[in-house]
Amino acid sequence: MPPRDPLRFRLNGQPVEVACEAPLVLLDLLREQLNLTGTKRGCDLGTCGCCTVLLDGRPTLSCLTLARLVDGREVTTIEGVTPPNGLSPVQRAFVQHGATQCGFCTPGFVVTATALLRDVPRPTREQIERAISGNLCRCTGFTKIVEAIAAAAGGKV
Amino acid sequence: MASTTSPPFRLLGGRIPYVEGPLKVTGRAEYTDDIQRPGMLVGRLLRSPWPHARLRSIDASAARALPGVFAVLTGEKYPTPFGVLPITHDETAIAVDKARYIGDIIAAVAAADERTAERAISLIKVDAEVLPEYSDPRTGVTRVPEPIHARGLLGSNVQKEVVQHFGNVDAAFAQAAHTVRVRGNFAGVTHAFTEPMATIAESTPDGRLTVWSATQVPHYLHRALSEVLGIPMHRIRVIKPEVGGGFGGKSDPLPHEIVCAALSIETGRPVKILFDREDVFYTNHGRHPTQNDVRIAVDASGQIVGYDIEALIDGGAWSSFGTVTTYYNGVLAMGPYRVPNFRYHGRRVYTTKPPSGAMRAHGGTNIRYSVEVALDMLAEKIGVDLFDLRSRNALPPNSRTVNEFRITSTSFLKCLSAAREKSGWDAKFRKLPYGQGVGLGCGFYISGSNSPIHFTPKMPQSTVHLKADMDGGIAVHSMQADIGQGSNTLLAAIVAEVLGVDLDRVHVQRVDSDVSPVDLGSYSSRVTFMMGNAARVAAEELRDKLVRAAGALLERAPEQLEVAHERIQVRGHPEVGVSFLEALHRAMETSGALLATGSYNSPPMGGTFKGARAGTAPAYSFAAYVAQVSVDAETGEYRVSKVWAAFDCGRPLNRLAVEGQIEGSIHMGLGQVMGESMNYRGARLFNPSLLEYKIPMPQQMPEVEILLVGDDDPEGPFGAKEAGEGPLIATLPAVGNALYDAVGVRFTDLPITPDKVVKGIDQRIREGRSWKGR
Repeated sequence: MPPRDPLRFRLNGQPVEVACEAPLVLLDLLREQLNLTGTKRGCDLGTCGCCTVLLDGRPTLSCLTLARLVDGREVTTIEGVTPPNGLSPVQRAFVQHGATQCGFCTPGFVVTATALLRDVPRPTREQIERAISGNLCRCTGFTKIVEAIAAAAGGKV
Repeated sequence: MASTTSPPFRLLGGRIPYVEGPLKVTGRAEYTDDIQRPGMLVGRLLRSPWPHARLRSIDASAARALPGVFAVLTGEKYPTPFGVLPITHDETAIAVDKARYIGDIIAAVAAADERTAERAISLIKVDAEVLPEYSDPRTGVTRVPEPIHARGLLGSNVQKEVVQHFGNVDAAFAQAAHTVRVRGNFAGVTHAFTEPMATIAESTPDGRLTVWSATQVPHYLHRALSEVLGIPMHRIRVIKPEVGGGFGGKSDPLPHEIVCAALSIETGRPVKILFDREDVFYTNHGRHPTQNDVRIAVDASGQIVGYDIEALIDGGAWSSFGTVTTYYNGVLAMGPYRVPNFRYHGRRVYTTKPPSGAMRAHGGTNIRYSVEVALDMLAEKIGVDLFDLRSRNALPPNSRTVNEFRITSTSFLKCLSAAREKSGWDAKFRKLPYGQGVGLGCGFYISGSNSPIHFTPKMPQSTVHLKADMDGGIAVHSMQADIGQGSNTLLAAIVAEVLGVDLDRVHVQRVDSDVSPVDLGSYSSRVTFMMGNAARVAAEELRDKLVRAAGALLERAPEQLEVAHERIQVRGHPEVGVSFLEALHRAMETSGALLATGSYNSPPMGGTFKGARAGTAPAYSFAAYVAQVSVDAETGEYRVSKVWAAFDCGRPLNRLAVEGQIEGSIHMGLGQVMGESMNYRGARLFNPSLLEYKIPMPQQMPEVEILLVGDDDPEGPFGAKEAGEGPLIATLPAVGNALYDAVGVRFTDLPITPDKVVKGIDQRIREGRSWKGR
């Protein structure tokens, strides 16, 4: 296969340049090549939302996104929405409200909720439910996840 | 010595955020697939495309010759059978002679990278003779031309048959004032945890084998690896990283875990096997597709006089937990009501489908649905209030069932009254407009199986070790398996509570069989009860050492001292005392780091007849749920708007976790009653993805009002019982009975999908039966 131009994009605020074969998906690039394992692989089919990242600020399924498509764009992973020290308000709310159980879906939910609250600072319950409807959780029944997002929006935590 | 830790508690009974929460919300929690080992190879599996086939020969020469391929394994290398139950070892790591379901492992490859591994898999040629497919358990109950397993009863595909009779059921039914019959049909459902199975194995030149795996039961995996690979357990090290959900699906030792280890032994390199979502669905081990036939007889006053139950259970290709399943589908009907005469005939039949196994509220869910619907029908038939029907039949505390289950604590009556009152039942039942309804369903489940699944029942079921050193931290070791339910948090909280220290001093160590003492892991809703008791004993031993050291410093007898927050002080003179650290450092002067150990084994219980241990538990949980539904009678779509969940888990030790277990259980129960189904055409699974196998969406989740009404259990740690599995059970009949109240149709075929609702309503109308004026 002839060598291709390297892929250049911004990842969690930093410019990166990586070699990338054409069929590679963003999830594989993040987890296998860049060792950012916070983004989880739940289905590889875009059905579970565990691999959600922000692409130019929008929640995006990294398992369905060809890595080449992020050329010149901005990718933010769970590592990128986490402050250098401590937790973000969304993350604090997830901890305090017990919105994690097994935790495997959690990074995807945190990324989705972070984008929601950036765009809609005071979401209704319906808006929260719609925003997270692409993320599956089998442990919590979503109850404490919705509570945590609402609490983070209300600045209660 | 200082008095035992008793209420009021500093931590227990409160809302304790999960100790690993900050790692999970930042993506820093480490799951198996996050682990990289130097030189690690990729393991891939060739799965059977046939539901049933004799493997005449397998030609792997082209795969072996492919550059980058390090090993190709077929079944004959490790043919030792295994299985989670010692009495039904019928699985092999890789199929030997026969493949028994679409997805059965036929060969395995270890290669340098994914692409090479997949190419190698495609080069393996299998010469197979296709054998008869058995997808319907009804056809497997008698002699069949080609039994799936040689161990099927009398040349049939029956894996297990249970016949039990207590009292005299025929006489009871002959004299009964009323009888009712429900024939339930239940599609199979699966766990649908978010983390696919993953295993890494590393065979090292020192003759040892290390296995990291997404497992609920590291100890049973440890045993199975040893048996099949022929390596003594002490040369195998099993490590459990974080596990992304299990619900029973990661409780069997699974073939791929052994295959992964075998590939590492073959190659001398670390090997990882990671499942894709289809692998997860085909591996299944979910709740069994089941048909049951439940007859209940009562006297004129509504007192239950007998149950007569049959169950036909579709086992799939392996035994798995199936012998237990077969018993449970009968004996878990023994509560929460007193049943003086009881007969059960259960059969679990092998089919050429993905194996069924243990899933949350294993064995207790389908039978409970049919029983609770039957009671609803009886109450209506004889004109008795359906709460009264249940309360007058409730098992009393400190009683025995007819099959000799030991009932200690029960707050079932409190569950019933709380659910009735909080749901506003009396203003709603049969009074809401057409299309809206309320329903009651009750629950009963084991709080830890009394029977360990190995041949050494005299050994403890849980052990906890503590080590306190100069830094003032307390390391906690135990093989209990936190799979998200919060057992690490509870373990830390119990230790901190007893010692009086802050939670951040207590560090629960990752499960590692080299250092973690054996606990039997996360299944049978056993962890809080068993690990909790072991943790309490260990912490009290450590506390006693500290109190003695404090006594030496204060020149007081230990009996005069008490534990306070981060401090040991003189009872009645709280100003006189020493800090935790001062006591610890004094105690260390004689021994160095302090060690303590605690263990738990359930007391002797149960009868002496065959199968008497099935369903025995040191305690039982009880539940009464009311669900409210609204149905669109035109489309059959319905929504469960609210569930009032009255639950007896004894004393809840971490309310946040108990609520989380109940909410998650209701979500999972709702999935089974409303729509989840493993859809088979013949033996072929048609929906092996999370797009086609739909779990309920956030918008479908009802409001849940949790009513924790349990009294302290006399033997549970600090009075606690289980809350992990029992909370699922009552959800299903509460919804089913609410649908009857809403539209006047009895649903006994699960899941209750909108098409069945419409069909049921049409049939009711055709039969000329009106309901609430419609």
